[in-house]
Amino acid sequence: MDRDGSALIIARARTAARSAGPAVVRAAPVVPIAFLAVFFVWPVVRIVGTGLAPEGTPALGAFVEVLTDPITARVAWFTLWQAVASTVLTVVIALPGAYAFSRLKFRGAGIVSAGVMIPFVLPTVVVASAFLALLGPRSPINDMLALVPGMPDVSVDLRRTVTAILIAHVFFNYAVIVRTVGGLWAHLDPRMEAAARLLGASRWRAFSDVTLPLLRPAIAASAAIVFLFTFTSFGVVLLLGGPQRATIEVEIHRATTQLLDLPMAAALAMLQLTAVVAALAIYGRLARRRTTQSLVATAIGVRRPRTRAERAFLAANLAVIALLLAAPLLVLIERSFATETGWDTDHYRALFTPDASVLSIAPWQAIRNTIVFACGAALIALIVGGIAATAATRPDSRGAQLLDRALMVPLGTSAVTVGFGFLLAFRHPPLDVFEAVWLVPVAQALIATPFVVRTLLPVLRSIDPRLRDAAAVLGATPGQVWREVDLPIVSRAALVAAGFAFAVSAGEFGATVFIARSDWPTMPVAIFRLLGRPGITHFGQAMAMSTLLMAVTAAVIIAIDRVRVGQVGRF
Amino acid sequence: MNTTAPLSRRLALCLALALVTAACGNGDAPSETTDTPADAGSDDLVTIRLVTHDSFNASEDVLAAFTQDTGIGVEVVPLGDAGSLVNQAILRAGDPPGDVLYGIDNTFLSRATDAELFTAYEAEGLDHVDPKFVPDAKHAVTPIDFGDVCINYDREWFADNDLAVPENLDALTEPDYAGLLAVQNPATSSPGLAFLLASVEHFGEDAYLDFWQDLRDNDVLVTNDWSQAYYEEFTLVGGERPLVVSYASSPPAEVYFADPQPDVAPTGVMDRSCFRQIEYAGILAGTEYETEAQQLIDFLLTPTFQEDVPLNMFVFPVTTDAALPDVFAEHAVIPDDPFELDPDTIGAQRDTWIEAWTATVLR
Repeated sequence: MDRDGSALIIARARTAARSAGPAVVRAAPVVPIAFLAVFFVWPVVRIVGTGLAPEGTPALGAFVEVLTDPITARVAWFTLWQAVASTVLTVVIALPGAYAFSRLKFRGAGIVSAGVMIPFVLPTVVVASAFLALLGPRSPINDMLALVPGMPDVSVDLRRTVTAILIAHVFFNYAVIVRTVGGLWAHLDPRMEAAARLLGASRWRAFSDVTLPLLRPAIAASAAIVFLFTFTSFGVVLLLGGPQRATIEVEIHRATTQLLDLPMAAALAMLQLTAVVAALAIYGRLARRRTTQSLVATAIGVRRPRTRAERAFLAANLAVIALLLAAPLLVLIERSFATETGWDTDHYRALFTPDASVLSIAPWQAIRNTIVFACGAALIALIVGGIAATAATRPDSRGAQLLDRALMVPLGTSAVTVGFGFLLAFRHPPLDVFEAVWLVPVAQALIATPFVVRTLLPVLRSIDPRLRDAAAVLGATPGQVWREVDLPIVSRAALVAAGFAFAVSAGEFGATVFIARSDWPTMPVAIFRLLGRPGITHFGQAMAMSTLLMAVTAAVIIAIDRVRVGQVGRF
Repeated sequence: MNTTAPLSRRLALCLALALVTAACGNGDAPSETTDTPADAGSDDLVTIRLVTHDSFNASEDVLAAFTQDTGIGVEVVPLGDAGSLVNQAILRAGDPPGDVLYGIDNTFLSRATDAELFTAYEAEGLDHVDPKFVPDAKHAVTPIDFGDVCINYDREWFADNDLAVPENLDALTEPDYAGLLAVQNPATSSPGLAFLLASVEHFGEDAYLDFWQDLRDNDVLVTNDWSQAYYEEFTLVGGERPLVVSYASSPPAEVYFADPQPDVAPTGVMDRSCFRQIEYAGILAGTEYETEAQQLIDFLLTPTFQEDVPLNMFVFPVTTDAALPDVFAEHAVIPDDPFELDPDTIGAQRDTWIEAWTATVLR
């Protein structure tokens, strides 16, 4: 076939690919747009609107008053810098982990990879309890320091400090970086770095000039998520930072639930929203550079550590996990078994004995609710996020990129704003907050969808468009192209995304608590109920429930990780 | 590339999707209905909605008894903590989230009555209620239970350290008690607010801030919520503070939930530190089921419900004919003369006091 002929065919195939099935392909983005409009924009507009225009006419006096208040400025500044510091710290600590766990093969890698997800689902109030034990004067760390000979008699007490907040933020967000960046890293062709090394580049040079630019979209994406999470941090700041410190989120919560000062809450919510949109614009610039690269099966890239330095590097990363992630979790597990006379399963038995527990439902029901809601949320997030991510990879995708940014905004929005917004917006069937149980997974999916998009997009973007063209030339319909080209490559990433979405939803508390009905409590809601009661055994039962939540999460994540998709292998 | 690869990938993906949907589908069918007869499916049964706070708890057979007697089903809907509950109800005033609201207390009452949240009703059992619990003759709300927020102390710690338990609030600023007390932030915690109100009542509006300045100098510890103060800082559970703001009903709870139950509660109550919280129920204006809602309010004052209250919510019944469970009769303290402030005064001053407190203690 001559060149002109083939060019013509490709051009025709492209046209066909874009025009064929317009009803499906073109209309697909309507799904995420409608989802966002109905379940996020509308409720938030309702609640913020009520604050800004209580009598129907805008009353901006309170708005100006709040925004010019020096206390607001102080809170906003603290919110910003702690979020930036937390994000930088998380990236710096987790990036080596992303390399170690995506490139080096070692025993127990699967468990570590699933284990890092556990912090995600734990209610802050439970984690705070573990951190207080570890950061206080009677922590095992201080006990160990005391054993070091010649050590001056100092006792580390980080309770109610900013350091405690930052450490807890790294604890919660470590997995975001490790799994998102590691996911892409595992698929980078190691031969590129090897080629650079062969050409005389130092190890560092090869990393900074070859690998880092390729990873940049994933790093920017995951860092953006960490930033949004820490910017709107509520429980960590409230429980670990002590009463002197507040983020904008804490202030919105106080204004809404305690003071019922809706103008103040609305003004703060607008301030928060503006900051989030600005942050997303910066992120957009960082992530704009597209990388088209050939991704490879992980089998090529993953190998056992070879040199002593590599083994030490791996060990160092495992030590970080042991100290930062495993230690607090072990404290919780230990407490769930601790009784006055030693270790026993008393708290677990009490949990499952109706009369000994203040829970109005059997614990297995809370476990089932958690799994059902989180699965539903994961499914919704996969559909909505999958469509949005696919749309964002199309060539003429300015609008889709906007949509992608817009889907991130719920992550950076106050849970109490969304919760109260649901209350105002959804009053009548079929959208009645008190009747429609399915609104719970929908609210959770709002938070989970950005994870799906962020996980899928870097992989989708690195698919060589020529592959799609080739398929189209060979006569594939757009649907077939998607099924035969995109899907096999992204399916592994989709499973990772599903795992994230599940974990985020299972642990979501802030918005769920407003809409979860009493006969449908989730495990975090049950833990919260137990912790609110006097009687030391309730504390033990809360710890037992937390341990069960960890086990359920780990089991689901391991199950998802086990599903191997074709040749792409571990992601 | 061989042709079987895409197939196996597709199969694997289908498997994953099936896994997700199976797990989801799994739970959809059961527990759609609760076990209460209300949901049994008969057509003529009216179900009304009781909105309340997260701490609400009642024995299953108690609400079932109400349904049995009246043919009215009750759906319990918790709406967050007490503040959150009231605020949500106010936001939906006129188009209420339920028919009866239970759990508003005297620290929030005026906000709700100002918003005309409730339809007045004089409940049938009111003649068994001590008149001091009834806010006014308009009967917008009906008192259901009360509890006292008091400083709890760790008996063993005070015995071991050979120190007397402080007599009253003034003693707390003495050097002997430096670094011993944990309180909650009144801006975020209901017992924290109650204790602030106790100090306002005891020292007066002019002097309460001096007390807090002295307490701050005496190394008082402030936490943001009750469970943190009680479960992390209290010496009873390995913390460092033998004095903590909690409830007068905490000691019986420590006995009741212990196994084996001790003869003497491990904690005691400083009865000159108590502030009384009274919880009310009211019929939400705009309800379609006013008659049924009235019947529920009446039921909340019957011995059946009143006697169920102590062991479920660790508060005291307001009716005089309700018998207390043994563990309450033995270990609970009802202070003779707790601090009390009338709801309107609290409503007018609450935010100002909290602001001033924040400036004095936290900044």
